[in-house]
Amino acid sequence: MTLLALDRLTVRRGDCPVVDGVTLDIAGGELVGLIGPNGAGKTTLLRGALGLLPAAGFSSLAALPAAARARHAAWLPQNREIAWPVTVRDLVALGRIAHGAPDPDHPAVDRALAEMGLVPLAGRRATELSGGEQARALIARALAQEAPLVIADEPVAGLDPAAQIATMQVFGGLARSGRGILVSMHDLGLAARHCTRILVLHRGRLVADGAPADVLAPALLAAVFGIRAHLEQAADGLVVQPVALAEAP
Amino acid sequence: MILALAAQAAGAEGPAVPAHPARVVSINLCTDQLAMLLAAPGQLVSVTWLAGDPAFSAMADHAGAYLANGGRAEEVFALHPDLVLADIWSPPDTVSMLTRLGIPVVQFPPGESMADIRANIIRMGEVLGTADRAAAMAAAFDARLAGLVRLAPPPGARPRAATWAANAYASGPRSLTGAILDAAGFANVAGELGIEYGGTLPLEALVWAQPDIVITAESAPGASRAEDVLRHPALAGLRVEAGLADADWTCGTPFVLDAVARLAAFRAKPGP
Amino acid sequence: MRQPLLLGLLAGLVAALFVASLAVGPAGIGLRGSLAALVAGGDGPAPLILREIRLPRALLGLLIGAGLGLSGAALQGFLRNPLAEPGLIGVSSSAALGAVVAIYSGASAAFALALPVFALAGALLGVLAILALAGAAARTLTLILAGVAVSALAAALTSLVLNLSSNPYAAGEIVFWMMGSLADRSMLHVAIAAPFILAGGIALLTLGRGLDALTLGEDAAASLGIGLAAMRLRLVLGIAAVVGAATAVAGAVGFVGLVVPHLLRSATGARPARLLWASALGGAAVVLAADVATRVIAPERDLKLGVLTALVGAPFFLHLIRKTAREAA
Repeated sequence: MTLLALDRLTVRRGDCPVVDGVTLDIAGGELVGLIGPNGAGKTTLLRGALGLLPAAGFSSLAALPAAARARHAAWLPQNREIAWPVTVRDLVALGRIAHGAPDPDHPAVDRALAEMGLVPLAGRRATELSGGEQARALIARALAQEAPLVIADEPVAGLDPAAQIATMQVFGGLARSGRGILVSMHDLGLAARHCTRILVLHRGRLVADGAPADVLAPALLAAVFGIRAHLEQAADGLVVQPVALAEAP
Repeated sequence: MILALAAQAAGAEGPAVPAHPARVVSINLCTDQLAMLLAAPGQLVSVTWLAGDPAFSAMADHAGAYLANGGRAEEVFALHPDLVLADIWSPPDTVSMLTRLGIPVVQFPPGESMADIRANIIRMGEVLGTADRAAAMAAAFDARLAGLVRLAPPPGARPRAATWAANAYASGPRSLTGAILDAAGFANVAGELGIEYGGTLPLEALVWAQPDIVITAESAPGASRAEDVLRHPALAGLRVEAGLADADWTCGTPFVLDAVARLAAFRAKPGP
Repeated sequence: MRQPLLLGLLAGLVAALFVASLAVGPAGIGLRGSLAALVAGGDGPAPLILREIRLPRALLGLLIGAGLGLSGAALQGFLRNPLAEPGLIGVSSSAALGAVVAIYSGASAAFALALPVFALAGALLGVLAILALAGAAARTLTLILAGVAVSALAAALTSLVLNLSSNPYAAGEIVFWMMGSLADRSMLHVAIAAPFILAGGIALLTLGRGLDALTLGEDAAASLGIGLAAMRLRLVLGIAAVVGAATAVAGAVGFVGLVVPHLLRSATGARPARLLWASALGGAAVVLAADVATRVIAPERDLKLGVLTALVGAPFFLHLIRKTAREAA
């Protein structure tokens, strides 16, 4: 089932297109990694798709009324803001705002807390947690929203390796449960290992879209990222380790 | 130079006051009025601009005959006075500046009682060299005051009055306004409540005290929040008379007796 | 603490302080006598004092306190900054400027509603200036600096209007406008302020869900279906109505919107929506208590209400600045 459809989505800043004619579909069950160098337009693409920025072209999500959009897609911005020292349970309950009031006793909140392993932390102040725990709490908030599509902007940035892997495994599990997941990220190794599909954005254009092993080829890594990487097809998946800058052509 | 400064710093006497000053400048509204009353023709050169404002001055009509000053040392000096008249509360910097410039300054205490007013009249006559005129004026003042006081009821039979001005300010018995009230034959409610000179008399305390009459100032020009309280609905049950013009009670001059007479008329006339 | 229990306790406190406000005054009427005079009337000055002097004062304390506490909580929630407060960011000073223009131009004498309307317009300009200068996700330093600039300008213009007034008492009234007082207000003042404070307060109370969502930041709140533009409009108008009307009749009473949400934040689990109701009650309690205190401490001195709130509030402000600086470091 298609959860997000973009057709020639274009976001301009002044006259300059930051996202330029992106067309794609995302279905339930997919964990889609959006990669690209800094300034490629990843965040702008995600926000444009969500209807948080004025955009030309079509986004099936942006076309929905705000209330319906909130029940269809959960959005995790990169900055992981938690403005007030609310408890983890109350923080997770904020996801229920998409359905009305933030009821901390709603079963969806309990499910989200359990799914993210946060039950022991439910009564703690969210602002006092570690960065990794906060990231989990915010993902739980998105789960409590019970939206079929989850879009996250660099959800693993700034986390330690264990928290990064755990987070990607959570997204993998959500995808296997039928949700569609779209995450932007910089870590090519994590993207290659955990995503079912990779989108490459370069100067606002979608330049590659496919399975990690097909997309992450030496020519693309050199052309888009300017790097050379060690690529190895291990038994349990692709290993990508950037090792040097690409030689100038 | 250094010696001169040292002499001044030691508080040496100021410039000598001439026996018959020829060019007199007044820099205070109250000395303005006493000087206008007592100066010989041509002797008084300038009074403050306030003296020409009928809202504050009982002699606004006369002030036009003199140059108006703003009370600043520089403009006063430019008038080349041989005597400056000021209040003891006049800005000390102005007074000391004039003294340093060699101009004698005579400072009068504010008249806060009938006796003060009388003393100020006599002193103004001495300073201006018009003592005879002052003595006559003081005698007339005494006579008129005595006449007014004779009409006043004895203590115990007096109606209770409160003067009440903007910001709920009430005047106590030891103020000029209190003296006017007393001469007009009223008991002062502010005094009952422990206000000696003057101070805030909360609306609630005023209403609770149930004075026979509340005497307020006439409305000042323009609007102000301070005067809101004079129109408060809680005053509805009291007799409120806008009986005192600022011009009458701002300064201790013989004109306060006009205010006494006007207030005495409220006593005679029944309330609304 | 459970929300109903907290609100119940606060409401009880407000009720007690409201009764205290009715019972305390220079006329020694006593609690029983006061209530009897208020309800049953009768002869003598007591019913007049209760109905025309103390009742409007207590009602204004209740309304203004609730409005200021609520405004502080709403503004802090919206800007996600515990230092946001109508007084500190210059909204109260701007409202005072509007009120002063209304009074000294003679507009309010011609038309009683001109007073709250001008003050509301002043407050509106103040809020808009702050949002324009500091932005919606204001950093503390930017917010406070913008507040200093707006307050300074508004205070200077207020002083100018008062100095230019033909009325001799005007120049001395700057103290009232900067410090605020409930002394000797009448039912007329209740009548002109109450509709604006109630309407503004209701507008602010409807922001709870949006303010909760903003805990996650603007982008996340928008993705949860919160219309930020509509919310901002309601906030700005609500604050302007409440602070404008409150300042028009009582002057600028500072720090209530800072101290009250700060004291109640942990008791409400830091949830902005819960803090709205609690801060409204807490603000009413604080202003009623401060106003009773002005009458007890120096009944003959016309002690200004804002002096007491500032004496309590300023140390809180310093404490919060230190805390914010530590957290930023």
